[in-house]
Amino acid sequence: METALVPVPDLNPALAEIILAVGALGLLMLGAYTKASTTRLASIGAVLLFAVAAIVVIGQPDSRVLTFGGSFVTDGFGKFMKVLVLIGSAGAIVMSYNFIRRENMDRFEFPVLIVLATLGMLMMVSANDLISLYVGLELQSLSLYIIAAFNRDSARSTEAGLKYFVLGALASGMMLYGASLVYGFTGTTNFDLIAGIIRTEGMSLGLIFGLVFILAALAFKVSAVPFHMWTPDVYEGAPTPVTAFFASAPKIAAMALFIRVMMGAFPDASAEWRQIVVFISIASMLLGAFAAIGQTNIKRLMAYSSIGHMGYALVGLAAGTEEGVRGIIIYLTIYLVMNLGVFCCILAMRRKEEGMVEDIADLAGLSRHQPVLAFLFSMLMFSLAGVPPLAGFFAKYFVFLSAIEAGLYTLAVIGVLSSVVGAFYYLRVVKVIYFDEPAQPFEAPLASELRVVLGASSIVTLFFFVYPAPLIALAQAAAGALLP
Amino acid sequence: MLDGQFPILSLVTFLPLLGALLILLVPSRAEVSDQNVRWAALWVTCGTFLVSLIIWVRFDPSTADFQMVEQAEWLGGAVTYHMGVDGISMLFVILTTFLMPLCILASWESIQHRVKEYMIAFLVLETLMIGVFCALDLVLFYLFFEAGLIPMFLIIGVWGGARRVYASFKFFLYTFAGSVLMLLAIMAMYWQAGTTDIPTLLAYDFPYGMQYWLWLAFFASFAVKMPMWPVHTWLPDAHVEAPTAGSVILAGILLKMGGYGFLRFSLPMFPIASDLFAPLVFTLSIIAIVYTSLVALVQEDIKKLIAYSSVAHMGFVTMGIFAMNEQGVQGGIFQMLSHGWVSGALFLCVGVIYDRMHTREIAAYGGLVQRMPLYAFAFMLFTMANVGLPGTSGFVGEFLTIVGTFQVDTRVASVAALGVILAACYALFLYRRVIFGELEKETLKNIMDLNRREVLTLAPLVVTTIFFGVYPAPIMDVTAVSVENLIAGYEEALETFTAAGGTTGFTNLAGLLGGQ
Repeated sequence: METALVPVPDLNPALAEIILAVGALGLLMLGAYTKASTTRLASIGAVLLFAVAAIVVIGQPDSRVLTFGGSFVTDGFGKFMKVLVLIGSAGAIVMSYNFIRRENMDRFEFPVLIVLATLGMLMMVSANDLISLYVGLELQSLSLYIIAAFNRDSARSTEAGLKYFVLGALASGMMLYGASLVYGFTGTTNFDLIAGIIRTEGMSLGLIFGLVFILAALAFKVSAVPFHMWTPDVYEGAPTPVTAFFASAPKIAAMALFIRVMMGAFPDASAEWRQIVVFISIASMLLGAFAAIGQTNIKRLMAYSSIGHMGYALVGLAAGTEEGVRGIIIYLTIYLVMNLGVFCCILAMRRKEEGMVEDIADLAGLSRHQPVLAFLFSMLMFSLAGVPPLAGFFAKYFVFLSAIEAGLYTLAVIGVLSSVVGAFYYLRVVKVIYFDEPAQPFEAPLASELRVVLGASSIVTLFFFVYPAPLIALAQAAAGALLP
Repeated sequence: MLDGQFPILSLVTFLPLLGALLILLVPSRAEVSDQNVRWAALWVTCGTFLVSLIIWVRFDPSTADFQMVEQAEWLGGAVTYHMGVDGISMLFVILTTFLMPLCILASWESIQHRVKEYMIAFLVLETLMIGVFCALDLVLFYLFFEAGLIPMFLIIGVWGGARRVYASFKFFLYTFAGSVLMLLAIMAMYWQAGTTDIPTLLAYDFPYGMQYWLWLAFFASFAVKMPMWPVHTWLPDAHVEAPTAGSVILAGILLKMGGYGFLRFSLPMFPIASDLFAPLVFTLSIIAIVYTSLVALVQEDIKKLIAYSSVAHMGFVTMGIFAMNEQGVQGGIFQMLSHGWVSGALFLCVGVIYDRMHTREIAAYGGLVQRMPLYAFAFMLFTMANVGLPGTSGFVGEFLTIVGTFQVDTRVASVAALGVILAACYALFLYRRVIFGELEKETLKNIMDLNRREVLTLAPLVVTTIFFGVYPAPIMDVTAVSVENLIAGYEEALETFTAAGGTTGFTNLAGLLGGQ
């Protein structure tokens, strides 16, 4: 290959990743060599790092640029997804700012680990090679396992971390096995070359096996059915800001990777993977809708909700068109915004005597004590259910639009009907907040950092319909960059 | 893009929303602020009504085109913010703004807790309802259509009766389930025609293989909203549990969205499918008319009885609309408008005695005429209008729909006429048990007649009922040209289809099933 002749690859496209890597090491040094607690400093530093990285990413060209021997790619699609991931990670750190101190998790490694996980996610978004994919994925996953168990004195948190690790390792194994099969049958790990070989030689049986294993691992990472089992336990067990983090940034990165692998490496095998994606999409939507009905814990409910939402996002991938990718991008953006808002509300569920509470029943009569919080929480629930005019409706609108275009009528009908079932459990939360007799009030007022995140999230969710055109145009451009 | 005109429709649509924001800013301090909130809501709704009258004044009844059109960029590409009214939709806007001040008045004393939230919910709901009738883009229409579920869900659930949670969930989920299928149909239309602009789609010929599916998807939504038998069961529950003003809005306006949807979308956009499915609609309509009338006959709860009678009356509307001739469609529209204020008035009447006695059991009343002559008069007038007595507005619509249907199918018209008799049975039976007889019950001995506020609430409805019963021309004039245009377009489409070798009516079904 020609690129092998170049001694030092072009580092510019990976500038944001390099900044995060160096920054994370710097924060680590700072924490290790300072006697006093540096958690707050590290948190602020991490958010600043994300801001700088986001600026760098936005400044990159929209055109497709390859580096590191073709294993690292930046394009309009990657840029958009990276910014989303950075917003999600920054939001999680902001939300944890007071929480980790209060809940005895005050250790500077927390923000550093989130920075490292984010670095992994950015690499996933930019992966154009099975090896860089794996490196990014593992960097992300290993950091997430530790963060899940970060509250090490809590049995639930430790259990969550261990469960996540064991099942995650299994998924990584499947990924490696699938990748080695693909390598064995094509002789390359580069997405573009794999796509070229499939175009000329077609799919062999070994390649199909490899594809299926890779799909299974990716489905695990986006917590799609039938590889979702870890989600409710990990969501429930992990500290709440960590759950907020799990539900946002890693999901976006994994979905971006999913799109990248399917559209980048296997575009001509769409007949093979489409049926699998359709299946996991339907299964996720249905399970997300039905299994959530019986939940009493709000974090578990959000876990099933996120399984369902990944199912909806996958509808766009099943369509496999530019419209579909645009739909996913819009979906993930709005999902990220709503999710951060909802978890701010969940973080507000705290009483003086009991500490954090997580039962849906604890929300009873919230509308009497804290009308603003109650309104925003309910509004976000309606939005998650996909009721217009809230942002969640537009998210669903664009993915189903692409499904109809692609002629996937059955998928679309099952999807919208499961959203009706899903509406039931979101409404149940609204019911508890507005219709039930008041329980004990929560500690008021809300911490200021939560107010900022919740406020921003609510404004976007509530008023998205007023001026939706910019996001749609950006998503269109990003999708267009992926599918020239 | 406003053609140099003042955006009157947007003003009327969003004026209540502005009022809601205003009320939001009223500091919430006990009794005084509640009273301020009530007055603010009343002024806002009255103001909206007065402004909406400008629409009627400026409306040109000699054209079937959309008027007072506004258009602006919105969702990127083909989906725009497009508003406008024609003869079919304009009067529904007026009906909405007309009923709202009455709803606020009716809630004056009966709503004592969370007054601020209540008024905000109603004002937001008003914006959304007006938006439904003004929207000239399918996605925009859907947005307004569905968003109305949120305030109504809260109104039933927060201020409703004993089984309010059950009723609010049932209301929400039934309607939501019907509508999502319509959303998919809207998307399919978008890909087929490249736009969701309603005037463009009205001129677009959908391939007839597609029309059936689109028609069914829209039908799923409107049949639930209407509601038609057998998906009407959410309505009695919602009515019984909703506060009085909520019932008025439900019966007066929300149900009309189904009929409006048939007229705006199903008939003109999918004429072949409408022709094919007309017998289905007729069947469901007469089942609704006869069956729900019989069910109404045995109700023990006044509100439930009126709710079932609403289902029956909506049966006349669907029957008239799908008769697809001038009398039928005009009658259907008139019936919807008339039912809007008559059933609204009946629910207000129930609210009057419910506020005093806190029960809706028919058996708890009797002999009210002895102490409440004014009330007995108003209730009688609206009962008669509900029955369809000549001279009241209820007669005009019922008569026209039956006349229209008679030209298409005598059997259907005959059975429907049977429904009129049944309506007289249950309505008069109700009236006798509540109003006439000796005033025997101890609890009723001190019941007071209508107070000034209640007279003020019911008086406009009395006037409207009699005025349009005697002189329906103002309404007919507005709708005539648009209805003619609708029917002409429908018949033309059928002719083209027949000329191209297609078969209309039931025989088509075999072809459809064989062809797929």
